[in-house]
Amino acid sequence: MNAMLSRVADSLYWMSRYLERADHVARQLDVHLTIVTEQAVDAARRRRRRLITCLVDEKEHAAAESSDYELADLLTFDEDNPSSIVNCIAAARENARQVREQINSQMWEQINQMHLTVRSQPMQSLWNGQPHSFYHWINQEVYRFQGITDSRITRDQGWHFIQIGRYLERASETADSLNVDFRELYASGLEIDAIDQQTYLDWVGLLRGCAAYEAYSKVYAANVQPRHIVEFLLLNPNFPYSVHFGINRIQSSLQVVGEETETPKSARVYRLGGRLRAMLDYAQVDEIMESGLGSYLLNIQNQCGQIHQAIYETYIAYSIEDKLKAA
Amino acid sequence: MNAVGRVTATDDVRFAAYELDDAYDEMFTPEGVPRPHYSSLFDRLLDLSPAELEMRQQTADLSFLHQGVTFTVYSDARGTERIFPYDLLPRIITAGEWETVERGLIQRITALNLFLHDIYHKGQILADRVVPFDLVYSSKHYRREMCGLDTPHGVYVAVTGTDLIRLTDGRFAVLEDNLRVPSGASYMLANRQVMKRIFPGLFSLYGVRPLEFYGQALQNTLAALSPASPDETTIVLLSPGVYNSAYFEHTFLARQMGIPLVEGRDLAVHDNTVYMRTTAGLRRVDVIYRRIDDDFIDPLIFRKDSMLGVAGLFNAYRAGNVTLANAVGTGVADDKAVYAYVPAIIRYYLGEEPILPNIETYQCADPKERGYVLANLDKLVVKAVGESGGYGMLVGPHSTVEERETFRSLIEANPRNYIAQPTINLSRAPCFLDGRVEARHVDLRPYILYGKRVTILPGGLTRVALRRGSLVVNSSQGGGSKDTWVLNW
Repeated sequence: MNAMLSRVADSLYWMSRYLERADHVARQLDVHLTIVTEQAVDAARRRRRRLITCLVDEKEHAAAESSDYELADLLTFDEDNPSSIVNCIAAARENARQVREQINSQMWEQINQMHLTVRSQPMQSLWNGQPHSFYHWINQEVYRFQGITDSRITRDQGWHFIQIGRYLERASETADSLNVDFRELYASGLEIDAIDQQTYLDWVGLLRGCAAYEAYSKVYAANVQPRHIVEFLLLNPNFPYSVHFGINRIQSSLQVVGEETETPKSARVYRLGGRLRAMLDYAQVDEIMESGLGSYLLNIQNQCGQIHQAIYETYIAYSIEDKLKAA
Repeated sequence: MNAVGRVTATDDVRFAAYELDDAYDEMFTPEGVPRPHYSSLFDRLLDLSPAELEMRQQTADLSFLHQGVTFTVYSDARGTERIFPYDLLPRIITAGEWETVERGLIQRITALNLFLHDIYHKGQILADRVVPFDLVYSSKHYRREMCGLDTPHGVYVAVTGTDLIRLTDGRFAVLEDNLRVPSGASYMLANRQVMKRIFPGLFSLYGVRPLEFYGQALQNTLAALSPASPDETTIVLLSPGVYNSAYFEHTFLARQMGIPLVEGRDLAVHDNTVYMRTTAGLRRVDVIYRRIDDDFIDPLIFRKDSMLGVAGLFNAYRAGNVTLANAVGTGVADDKAVYAYVPAIIRYYLGEEPILPNIETYQCADPKERGYVLANLDKLVVKAVGESGGYGMLVGPHSTVEERETFRSLIEANPRNYIAQPTINLSRAPCFLDGRVEARHVDLRPYILYGKRVTILPGGLTRVALRRGSLVVNSSQGGGSKDTWVLNW
């Protein structure tokens, strides 16, 4: 039996989730600021509104809806927005700080430097002058952290909780982007094969925002079709940002954690993961589109929530009385 | 005091403000010539331009910031954190000087452990009137809950950080015994790591004794005190949590030892056994290296309002199912009024003369000595007996009339709570400040580990009073620190 403090598992999980979120927000903004330069005023406003829906808890942000500067500020530096990049990095770093003796010094130094640097004057000026370089920097720093993690950390439970945090966050973000973009763009009466230049930019934006455009093009050539996008972002088992890939990784990690802890209840968590995995394993994109993408994605989101809940009940926030009775 | 002398070995402008007077100078003889073990450092300093030194200082500061060797100024979302001021120049101690320090510390800690065992059992030393019993029983750190309780191998103080100072004749003397939860070992280790990167050449040239083994030595010390068999022992470090100013140290030491850092909320006691909450369920804990004061470890026995401790912990401890290091109630032996009796305690238990001298101490509880103290408040240092960290202290020569009057009424209201000592001219060591080399007062805190045997780290934390003329080295009072080199020669 391998033991790890429940509080440590909790912190590693959230450290990883918050960092993944910072990475996602930075990429979305980077893509957005590139795309709006070519978009009509209306399309740009709708795009901003969709980003707010996906990335902010509090949905009313009139100023951010009408200005890219305000939007970027809200999502990057706003102290009151829990999902702003600086807050995500601060939260990730705070979680890392709580488990400093568990992660290695290189991981800590990387996340600490990121936290100290992102608020520095030079980075503020960079954001003002060259936002693309700023967001690129964020993405690079997060990759660097994940690279240090993957190349140095022992593959014990801690690593698996980091994986679970990363992929649950990623899967739910990809599902969220798909959902919000399809609701607006697809429902606006477009034939699947007839994409106009304006919405073309938005579909490409969806792929780029999920770090998927180049990988997508290798599979489908430069043929941007909503149906293919769904197939790729939702069902492709080999692309690291797809929902299916994420669920596979979560399921493998849950298996290891279950085996290492020998906790009787782990079977339940594993079953929940397995159910979602099977659902994606055998899904057909046409059937999904026919029966309604929105409800399908909602179902995935709910199942992700259940997995999160079950992990907490089994490994982290369990009742001590129950454990004493069992022992 | 003599007139202020000057460094005669150089007319380099960087040494222009270097003070030499009565205080023992670590680097220079009274004639202003570098001592033999400092001469290589002195030459190196003359070689390096101020700009180069400045650059190295910045590298060091940045390294501390990035490693997070910081303390929290106030905890807000932005987490304002400062580094502890670090001085670039090492403090150097020769093998000969260290040999005396080491023997003196082993003698002292051995006697203090015997004293603690005695006063919590038969109290022979009190019956023999060597130490007044009312002094012990009136100490606020005396814990009657500890009476008759046996600690593993009779060890009460597993980790000590004794504060030493150097007298004007160059001898080391003991200023304070820190027997409760002494801190600072991580800064000693972090200073060393940075130093090796900043002055690699000088470092290897000198032949400095290594400190790297501290984590393992501490782990072995704790394991030796376990009630369980060594293979099955689980050791944890109990921290108050991330908002504690020493949190960096807790994580650092836990990582060095490879043990979990736990908070009170991670532990639970059932049937007098301590468990920690893990992903695989509850797991038994055998040794707790606790970095929480006695008052807070168990709300059922000590402070009821403590959120940091674990209910039931003390009973598990009494039952012998878990070891606390340090033991509960060790503070009675570092009470500043008991301190005055340590030479007598050494003679009583070991039949030896103390190797390291004490500082002369006046007990305000004694009417005659109190009279002397009250008449000489402007010359003495007055300390509250149960405090640490430089709090509750009056430095007579640097005090105002109002401060002295405040202490006069405090002493008269509660004489047992105060002692006084002559103002000691602590030794000075060279420090790199604003592009110049200046002398600042320093002390030394070596770390002593006591498990199956006594282990002393060669060196310790040298604390520096960075303000010119100041004698207070505590980090909470504007002090900094520097690396301490104990040489092989």
